[in-house]
Amino acid sequence: MKVERKCKIVEKTRIGDAIYMVLEAGDMVRSSFKGPGQFVHIKCGEGLLLRRPISVCTCAMAEPQDLVSIVFEVRGEGTQWIAEREVGEELDVLGLAGNGFAIKSDGRYLLVGGGIGIPPMLGCAQFARSTAVLGGRSADKIILKDQFEDICGKVLVATDDGSMGHHGFVDALVRQELEQDKNYDGVLACGPKPMLRNVAKVAEEFGVACLVSMEERMGCGVGACLVCACDMADGSRKHVCKNGPVFDAREVDWNA
Amino acid sequence: MPEVNMSVNLAGMTMKNPVVVASGTFGFGREYGEFFDLSELGGICAKGLTLHRREGNPAPRIAETPMGILNSVGLQNPGVDAFIEEELPFLRQYDVKVIANISGNTPEEYGIMCEKLAGAGVDMIEVNISCPNVKAGGLAYGTRPELAAEVTKMAKSHAGNVPVMVKLSPNVTDVTEIARAVEEAGADALSLINTLRGMRIDINTDRPVLKMNTGGLSGPAVLPVAVRMVWEVANAVKVPILGMGGVAKGEDAAQLMLAGATAVAVGTSLFADPYAAIKVRDGLEAIAARKGLANVSDLTGGVKPW
Repeated sequence: MKVERKCKIVEKTRIGDAIYMVLEAGDMVRSSFKGPGQFVHIKCGEGLLLRRPISVCTCAMAEPQDLVSIVFEVRGEGTQWIAEREVGEELDVLGLAGNGFAIKSDGRYLLVGGGIGIPPMLGCAQFARSTAVLGGRSADKIILKDQFEDICGKVLVATDDGSMGHHGFVDALVRQELEQDKNYDGVLACGPKPMLRNVAKVAEEFGVACLVSMEERMGCGVGACLVCACDMADGSRKHVCKNGPVFDAREVDWNA
Repeated sequence: MPEVNMSVNLAGMTMKNPVVVASGTFGFGREYGEFFDLSELGGICAKGLTLHRREGNPAPRIAETPMGILNSVGLQNPGVDAFIEEELPFLRQYDVKVIANISGNTPEEYGIMCEKLAGAGVDMIEVNISCPNVKAGGLAYGTRPELAAEVTKMAKSHAGNVPVMVKLSPNVTDVTEIARAVEEAGADALSLINTLRGMRIDINTDRPVLKMNTGGLSGPAVLPVAVRMVWEVANAVKVPILGMGGVAKGEDAAQLMLAGATAVAVGTSLFADPYAAIKVRDGLEAIAARKGLANVSDLTGGVKPW
């Protein structure tokens, strides 16, 4: 059961170009958690009609209120409005929405996050033994690295400009890791579509299951308006907000 | 304050209140049914159906505009048979009128769908002759009186006792011309307005935001257009009107009813607030009570033009 409620901002910090917020979410996590990788749909004041979907970074069932942390970058008017809210103010939040990553708690996963796709992978890291591969344009885009290092056995970094870690894209590190270690139960990835496509390709080569979190411009966020279409390999169109945001990489039409 | 009788009669279909949710904004009810009891609504206009399954248009299908949104979904739906088998039984669990919305490529397709839906027992059929997002049929039927009339006749002759409501496009020079044509062809009710054609361009990429370049505008931005068109149509025909376009609160609904609508539909505002339709209903009731009306239907056509 999804919830729409006012959530108080209890923590706000800047990490790189992104903003990190912790929200008091009532019983939202208890009532609608389906796995890491879900999103919250946030109303951006009175002037904008559409909510903005923001991936959950981590969440916890807690007393007296569940806690949800989000990390986002300012991309336009909506995220700008959210970024201007301060600790103590309330946000109108609908969630937890979407399906999340299906993870076995005794599994071992290769987590791949690109840019603002990094935060939801931290939620995955809390659930299973993992190796994290973090990618971005430059070192300042590699956010939450310390937190990943606290819970993951290994953290690898790739930057487009070589300012941190491997000089190049994350899929090279995914290949290297899958070559060396045959015991991964799956690759879980969130980031820009070209990155997801390349990661999915490598996972398929090695015969490892791959789940990807997709992004699309959204309307209702619950599956009613059908605007956030994702082209599937079988020619159908599914919806990121309801059928996703997490899809089996083999189901997605990567040429669309 | 005295209690207001909220029930209305739309072309023989009695609803417990005049608030309906608009086709295309509410799916088949399952999603918003997680937020509130669907029996709270007067009626549900289900997502637009076609004879065969359609996957719709490529994304992006939505763009935000000043107090509005543009969409180019393109009638993605599972087809009329899947609706009857899988979705209608779900909706039937609730005490709410079910209005099926249909679009065809040919008049014959409208006829086939009406026959199937009448047989399945929907409460009303909304004939969409005004979708701006599909190439064949759709808007073309809604902009030419003789074609609109042909589709209406075909629908009526295959719908048995189920009332037929024709959904009009605002993308015409004179909406009353089409309204008269479909009334003459036997329409039991009219619904308006569908979306207005619009476009938004991303000035960083020089690309339209929508993959289809253009789409349909809805939301509060279109309310005054809807009020004006409902008023014009109400003065031109005798059949009842389901008014819609940008309704977000009770006052908006009351405006459409004063302009001549018997009932109102809420759509785009649901995306910001899942409870918008319930709030519109409560707001409308409060307005009627404040005016000292015994029946909310007393609002209909009550505008006093200068």
